[in-house]
Amino acid sequence: MAILEIVRIRRGKFRRPGWFAFLARCFGLLIAGLMVLIIWEVGRAAWLSIHTFGFSFFTSSRWDPVHDVFGALPFIYGTLASSLLALIIAVPLSLGIAIFLSEMAPPWLKDPVSFIVEILAAIPSVVYGLWGIFVLAPWLRDGVEDWLGNALGFLPFFQGPRSGIGLLTAGIILAIMILPTITAISREVLVAVPQSQREAMLALGGTRWETIVRVVLPYGRVGIFGAVMLGLGRAVGETMAVTMVIGNQPKISLSLFSPAYTMPSVIVNEFSEAVTQLHLSALMEIGLILFAITLLLNIVALLLVRRIGTVPVQGGRM
Amino acid sequence: MDRMYLRRARNLVMSVMCMASAVVVIIPLVMILFYVAADGLRAINWGFFTNLPKPVGETGGGMANAIAGTFTMVTLATGLSLPVGLMAGIYLSEFGRGRLREAVRFLTDVLNGVPSIITGIFVYVLVVVAMGRYSALAGSVALGIIMIPIITRSTEEMLRMVPKSLREASLALGATEQQTVVKIVLRSASGGIVTGVMLAVARAAGETAPVLFTALNNRYWNQGLDQPIASLAVFIYTYGISPFEDWHSQAWGAALVLVVMVLFLNITARLVVRARQGR
Repeated sequence: MAILEIVRIRRGKFRRPGWFAFLARCFGLLIAGLMVLIIWEVGRAAWLSIHTFGFSFFTSSRWDPVHDVFGALPFIYGTLASSLLALIIAVPLSLGIAIFLSEMAPPWLKDPVSFIVEILAAIPSVVYGLWGIFVLAPWLRDGVEDWLGNALGFLPFFQGPRSGIGLLTAGIILAIMILPTITAISREVLVAVPQSQREAMLALGGTRWETIVRVVLPYGRVGIFGAVMLGLGRAVGETMAVTMVIGNQPKISLSLFSPAYTMPSVIVNEFSEAVTQLHLSALMEIGLILFAITLLLNIVALLLVRRIGTVPVQGGRM
Repeated sequence: MDRMYLRRARNLVMSVMCMASAVVVIIPLVMILFYVAADGLRAINWGFFTNLPKPVGETGGGMANAIAGTFTMVTLATGLSLPVGLMAGIYLSEFGRGRLREAVRFLTDVLNGVPSIITGIFVYVLVVVAMGRYSALAGSVALGIIMIPIITRSTEEMLRMVPKSLREASLALGATEQQTVVKIVLRSASGGIVTGVMLAVARAAGETAPVLFTALNNRYWNQGLDQPIASLAVFIYTYGISPFEDWHSQAWGAALVLVVMVLFLNITARLVVRARQGR
């Protein structure tokens, strides 16, 4: 950068920065302004509901458009339950792939495997939903849910009628959708672990797996945590695929077979049918809560991942 | 000695597990692509691309208006987001300094992580309520906002890949900073910037929720940019959740068209990027 800096300093004495630099800066600030504007507008639209229901919006599970009484608890529960289920499935798999790609795979295999994971991120949400309704749900209903119900039916998670539409299906779809995010970033994190760390452990007589578990993963744990947070943020905000397979019933049930309802789903389903101002405002408040959760997750994750290096630019769902 | 065997066995088992997870990830991809291709091809014929949707009960009908709608909105969205993304990317890579640049870059990444449904309700409040109706324009604004951070960050990355020596040569010849950026840096990164735009277009074409709140849907040809408009993604959604067999089949057909489009854009963009990086 040296010469550029010198040129810049020398010229700075004689002339101001050009209009082009100024324009570029304005557009940069425009993006920042856009973020603020989104928060402001959604918050303003939600104000009526916030004012009317206060904190009970979070604790009440009564969602009753006819009487204009709204509580978001079932939607918050559905969102958290389906997202956590997705994490439980996706995190081990993503870490496995990331470890495979960074520590084990021969060079010729790395690109094709990364490519497949990237393509998963490119498939539109609504196509996942279509596949979920017509392929995954019937398959889960006729095979997996019966098997789980018979083998583990004594647990509250695997009881009740098996329809193939519900938390389990939503969790699996979400897991597939967030897998690319967690895999790509964990891989970057693992690749960034200095080679000397591995060599030290191997020289001490550790096996490859011991090196990974005791050296590589602990070294990258902050970044991996950030990757998982980004994945969670994606799962929480995911809309179409979940709406199509989760059953859309505002119930709070421990059973994974039971239908549920998430925050994005209720917005999609009721937004255009909201008759009263309060109903629309309640949906906006759900949007605001969702926004707050994803904002928090993203900010924490970006700060954690930033420490490792730059976040890889992903076309698909980044 | 026993302990050594145990350690080796664990090493082997866990290594195999990691390899297995790389194999497992292929299964959903293959299954999705297989069903989209098989069920989609069955639904697609020439009429599918040229006809309007038929009323319930009548067989046949197509999605010509949905394809046109997606193209209209994505084109308009690109027109809106390209100047912003391009200039912001130039700012981040060329002119930005210190904390302000860090803040803008951070907010761009945060904007990238905002769920698209939030963008949808934001544009609803901002544009749809103000205009008094759902419109192609509102849909394009929503898609544009989704595209901005993707274009910004990929432009920044691509500009950073332009060698310093090129800039120095330009400055040494007496060009101003502005001339260097526009005529040298931007031009030599143009291929890469185009791939970033392709990725953003692919992402926008598949978005459903924000379009549903802003452009709604339309069973006929679009009557103007201030009117509701159909799109492939919304077509797939409404047909997919409908109770009619025939509509399900058409949803698969539309999914095939959308997936082919999106994958084409993605794969081309990635191949181009890989070729540039390898050089």
